[in-house]
Amino acid sequence: MKKTKSKSQNIQKKYITALLGNPNVGKTTLFNKLTRSNAHTGNWTGKTVECATALREKDNILFIDLPGTYSLCTRSPEEKVAIDYIKKGEADAIVVVCDAMCLEKCLPLALQALELCSNIIVCVNLIDEAKSRGIIVDTKKLSQILGVPVVATNAKSGFGLDTLCCEIKNINKDAHLSEPIFKYPEKIEAKLLENKNNGISRYDNIDIILKELEKQASTDSKSEDLYAEIIASRINAANQIALETVSKTLKKNNKSNYYNKDRKIDKILTHKIWSVPIMLLMLTFILYMTVIGANYPSVMLNEFLLYVQGGIYELLSFMPTWLLDMLVYGVIGTLFRVISVMLPPMAIFFAFFTFMEEYGILGRIAFNLDGIFCKCKACGKQALTMCMGLGCNAAGVIGCRIIDSPRERLIAIITNNFMVCNGRFPILITMAIILTSGGTILGAAAVTFSVIVGILATFFVSFILSITVLKGAPSSFTLELPPYRRVSITKVFKKAFVDRTLHVLSRAVIFAAPAGLVIWILANYPSSDASLLSYVTGLLDPFGNFFGVDGVVISAFILG
Amino acid sequence: MSYLSDLQPGESAYISSVKKSGLCTRLYDLGFVSNTVVECVAKASFGGPSAYLIRGAVIAIRQEDAGLVFVQRIPSLSKGGKK
Repeated sequence: MKKTKSKSQNIQKKYITALLGNPNVGKTTLFNKLTRSNAHTGNWTGKTVECATALREKDNILFIDLPGTYSLCTRSPEEKVAIDYIKKGEADAIVVVCDAMCLEKCLPLALQALELCSNIIVCVNLIDEAKSRGIIVDTKKLSQILGVPVVATNAKSGFGLDTLCCEIKNINKDAHLSEPIFKYPEKIEAKLLENKNNGISRYDNIDIILKELEKQASTDSKSEDLYAEIIASRINAANQIALETVSKTLKKNNKSNYYNKDRKIDKILTHKIWSVPIMLLMLTFILYMTVIGANYPSVMLNEFLLYVQGGIYELLSFMPTWLLDMLVYGVIGTLFRVISVMLPPMAIFFAFFTFMEEYGILGRIAFNLDGIFCKCKACGKQALTMCMGLGCNAAGVIGCRIIDSPRERLIAIITNNFMVCNGRFPILITMAIILTSGGTILGAAAVTFSVIVGILATFFVSFILSITVLKGAPSSFTLELPPYRRVSITKVFKKAFVDRTLHVLSRAVIFAAPAGLVIWILANYPSSDASLLSYVTGLLDPFGNFFGVDGVVISAFILG
Repeated sequence: MSYLSDLQPGESAYISSVKKSGLCTRLYDLGFVSNTVVECVAKASFGGPSAYLIRGAVIAIRQEDAGLVFVQRIPSLSKGGKK
């Protein structure tokens, strides 16, 4: 999933740069644009779970995409990854990525990072989007206040990236920490003054002070109060800086309109009663589109590939017949069948899925379903992995890393199997159409029903697991609902087809080819009339049929 | 004085304090500190989480966690950019 380009060590100096920032400010988009890689992005919090690294060859800068974090104190695992990396001091520069649309929310992290290291560059991202909403950020002034370079960028269009790289190259790693920008509560400041010359950063000093206080007052609420005060003073400072540097020009109500529009959509999508039927309707609609949309291309593709297969047969006819049969009918035949069955529905489904992901609907689904998951003593984020499982079980299982508690993560991984993976849709759809005698709407409804059964099974098994084997209380749940973002069609196309469909398909193909060989051998030996396969299928009929084709796909996913 | 979990969608409040618990550092980091305006945006079905608009972001937390936050209600906040 993560691409690591291990280029040979160049003679030239390599700059190591870490991207730090709040969740969902577009770090990964920036990362992809900078390095031309395609790490998975999406409009939801916690997309990046582990660090991805890639080289920008043009400037010889190695970028590291850290998971999003709200502060440098939180103890959640993916945030710890970010903190540990920065503390290691390996990076030549640290780029703090901020969202221009709500700078005050991103600045506390920048302020905290400034206390820890000097090689900071602040990157104000999404500057164009902010501008179109009448929000202007005075980057010069911001740079003056913070005492570090500030670069305005727009990761989508690539604006400002060259400037950013220029700044990265100019950064002085060994510079002294800048003077504190704001003051903490007096009690803390007094302590800080005591420790002023111990040679460690302000950040570490605060850490030490907090730990001391925690030890002193391990029972009462004093230390936590101080922690709250520290954060509050940081937030106040951030608000102050934002006030000085951000001007919401001309249409002030434009911004509130923007939020109001989001709220209006939210009112529908997260409605107390209607949200569930609406989600089900959306699901049915997507499945319906997949069913009718995939039908014709699938048939056409199949015919085309059969034609190609015939051509290959002709071309290789110099080979001995047994080998030719094995290669063409066994390997290539299965391969083509897998492609023609899987490609069209997957492409259509992933296009819809990508749209929902980019637009910000996935987070709402998790929000709506958390109540049920909580009752099953699981985590609402499981809904996200469940949705991903609908696209591809392998992706769903990998996505489970976003769930913090190991117990809940395990539940999510186990129950992901109940989601009807996209690769199984074609078979389900065919069966549904046969069983419901035609009608595509009925077919789609039947598939939706089977998906719902899968979801119910997920709930049920989650519950059973958490009262038996995996006992424990549900852990806390915080999820940021991202703003709805405009979705670019080309991006959906690229992501759905190139990144997802072809990726999954290529994996499937890798396993389908040898599996095809095995099936072909099973089907043709000892003789084609009484083969091993027909014996097995005879036993397992009608399941054999179902798994015969499907097993290839599923095993491809599981093994992949 | 009431709890954050008491707010209904559309209602706003100032945060007074956060009760000490395992989650409170997390809540602080998300911006739930004293004197911040918070607006309840939505409540999920099945006793699920609630979403709150705070410092320009919408954060969903569970009801029992919202019960850790003490707030001071702001009477009927009408539309307009309230910071």
